[in-house]
Amino acid sequence: MTAVSIHLPDNYLVEEQTIGSWIFTHDHKRVALLFFASITFFFFIGGFAATLIRVHLVTPQGDLLQPDIYNRMFTMHGIVMVWFFLIPSIPTTMGNFLVPLMIGAHDLAFPRLNIASWHVFNLSGFVLLYALFMGGIDTGWTFYTPFSTAYANGYVILAVVAVFINGFSTIMTALNFVVTIHRLRAPGMYWTRLPLFIWAIYATSAVMLLATPVLAMSLVLIALERLLGVGVFDPALGGDPLLFQHLFWFYSHPAVYIMILPAMGVVSELVTCFARKRIFGYTGMTYALLAIAVFGFLVWGHHMFTAGISLYSGIVFSLMSFLVAVPSAIKVFNWTATLHKGSIAFDAPMLYALGFIGLFTMGGLTGLVVATLGLDVHLTDTYFVIAHFHYIMVGGAVSAYFGGLHYWWPKITGRMYPEIWARGAAILMFLGFNLTFFPQFILGYLGMPRRYYAYAPEWQVWNVLSSAGASILAFAYLLPLFYLTWSLLRGSRAAPNPWQATGLEWQAESPPPKDNFLRTPTVTAGPYEYDAATGVTIAQNGTVYG
Amino acid sequence: MPQQAEAATLGIWVFLATEVLFFSGMLLAYAVLRKAYPAGFAEASRETKIVIGTINTAVLLTSSATMAWAVHAAEAGHRRLLAWLLAATAALGLVFLALKGVEYSQEYDEHLVPGLNFSSASPHEHAIELFYFLYFGLTGIHALHLTIGIVVVAVVAVRAWRAAFAPAYYTPVEITGLYWHFVDLVWIFLYPLIYLNGRSGG
Repeated sequence: MTAVSIHLPDNYLVEEQTIGSWIFTHDHKRVALLFFASITFFFFIGGFAATLIRVHLVTPQGDLLQPDIYNRMFTMHGIVMVWFFLIPSIPTTMGNFLVPLMIGAHDLAFPRLNIASWHVFNLSGFVLLYALFMGGIDTGWTFYTPFSTAYANGYVILAVVAVFINGFSTIMTALNFVVTIHRLRAPGMYWTRLPLFIWAIYATSAVMLLATPVLAMSLVLIALERLLGVGVFDPALGGDPLLFQHLFWFYSHPAVYIMILPAMGVVSELVTCFARKRIFGYTGMTYALLAIAVFGFLVWGHHMFTAGISLYSGIVFSLMSFLVAVPSAIKVFNWTATLHKGSIAFDAPMLYALGFIGLFTMGGLTGLVVATLGLDVHLTDTYFVIAHFHYIMVGGAVSAYFGGLHYWWPKITGRMYPEIWARGAAILMFLGFNLTFFPQFILGYLGMPRRYYAYAPEWQVWNVLSSAGASILAFAYLLPLFYLTWSLLRGSRAAPNPWQATGLEWQAESPPPKDNFLRTPTVTAGPYEYDAATGVTIAQNGTVYG
Repeated sequence: MPQQAEAATLGIWVFLATEVLFFSGMLLAYAVLRKAYPAGFAEASRETKIVIGTINTAVLLTSSATMAWAVHAAEAGHRRLLAWLLAATAALGLVFLALKGVEYSQEYDEHLVPGLNFSSASPHEHAIELFYFLYFGLTGIHALHLTIGIVVVAVVAVRAWRAAFAPAYYTPVEITGLYWHFVDLVWIFLYPLIYLNGRSGG
């Protein structure tokens, strides 16, 4: 590197090195890294709680934790994982980093709003941690009334305030994405040329914007009810506890799609790149994303089949829930059709993507089981439900999160990760996950209820298997922490486009300079011009590889 | 610059969509409880201060008119008129808040504030308390929005006076106007739900 002929601008990581240039940055890429630090912290807090739960459940009588502490642990696990990891996970990290890069923009539409979103997120995190360290709460993450308003001990109001503040962060980020995708696409980047990751972030943002305010209002009502002793949700005071469940699930069911839609976007990018094939049914994939986002708002009642809603609304909600399977199946079939006759490379990101497809399918199919009115009476509030939604959220969303993290790692850091270690972690995660959660399907079918600190002795073998799997899973989650940190310091330098992928983000340097592109790119090609037969790949700006 | 203006305008529309959903949560609670306790809600509603409520509706509608006129003035480049119209809008907002304060204090004196001093001899006591809980919740959150609006309009008015806007660039006036009209619109829904229920004679 003695004869540098062209002067390139410094990359975004080293461009300015003061603390202020990070925590008050307007650069979407730095905001992505800040969010990455915050949510990784919360991921391990939530994981710690899960570890305690699984260790506790090794014995039927539950020897590790006091019953009250056990309640606080699963509540903390739920609140932290839902609002402080899963919902922000892919949007705030990869979404923040990639949305401007993928559409050929220099930043998001509102850079100050973006960094504000991170500060608001941290504020909500501090409030939550304060509530936890003061003694936590025992309501479960769902805050069901009248338990949460009339009986629960602990810092319900503080926790509710934390989640309320957290919602502002979600809305700020989502609003930024929607406006950016509408207004800042590069010349030639038509809607029909958008990468599916962008479509997924767009659909997710729409759900975030329309669902989060309703959660905010229901949390306000809980806090006021607890504070003032007026019973909007308390039947003893004339209120309606079902009203809370309607309001809560009107948010919290779409929230599931907030978690899975970005994961679907990531997996679409990975499958097409590592199969070297154009995605099968691009148009169908975009409509399927939007359909899941819309249907997601019409199925909340399936959380309430046994709560006393009328049979007729039960039938309607059951039918609507079955309908969600249609766009979901379209996606799974299109991913597998993309693999067909592809030239498949089993790099670590692809292992995660393939794991996602299998686990998401399991989670989706068992979703049909619990959406069935009669079966749900037997399975509701059992470990079957726990297993079902962990297949979607952990097997699905977290697998895709790690897959995307490895795929874009060279772009984000400018370094390659160690492939052997990464593949090992991906395989270990898949095995550990299945060993943890498959026995829970059986436990649920046998009737073990969720949220109990003790259980009947005949269920011990399945619980021991599950806890053994959890220890493998915990180890697999720790691995990337070490080898990715190692790669930051010692990994080989990454070329701008190590995967020979088509997206505009790969046309920027690795890592990109502060303004992403030296010149605004012009888009001349569709998002996935791969050809497995000839090996020729055409990037979206017309660059040809192979 | 036009790209930024378009982004800001789209941004405020998206934000207002989230606001609609925010208010809708409590409006749903109102609908459910009113259906459960029609007589209690009607009785509670008859005790609201309809004269103040009606005057306030007129005040807020007038403020929306001055706001709309202000956007027009910005478009036409009338700097002084713009500043004065914005000032008038903010002032009408303050009048609304003052009257709302009078109303709240009367309700406090009549022991109608849930959580502080509520008491009622009516057989519909619980329903009336729930009505007033939602009444203070909805109007309180509306007043909070209005207070924010007054501050923003005042800031924009000062900037207008200092000639920060021109026919080529008045996006802040426009998006402030959209927000102001939204807050007005919320009140248009609250007015009949709070004051007119139970007074129709039916």
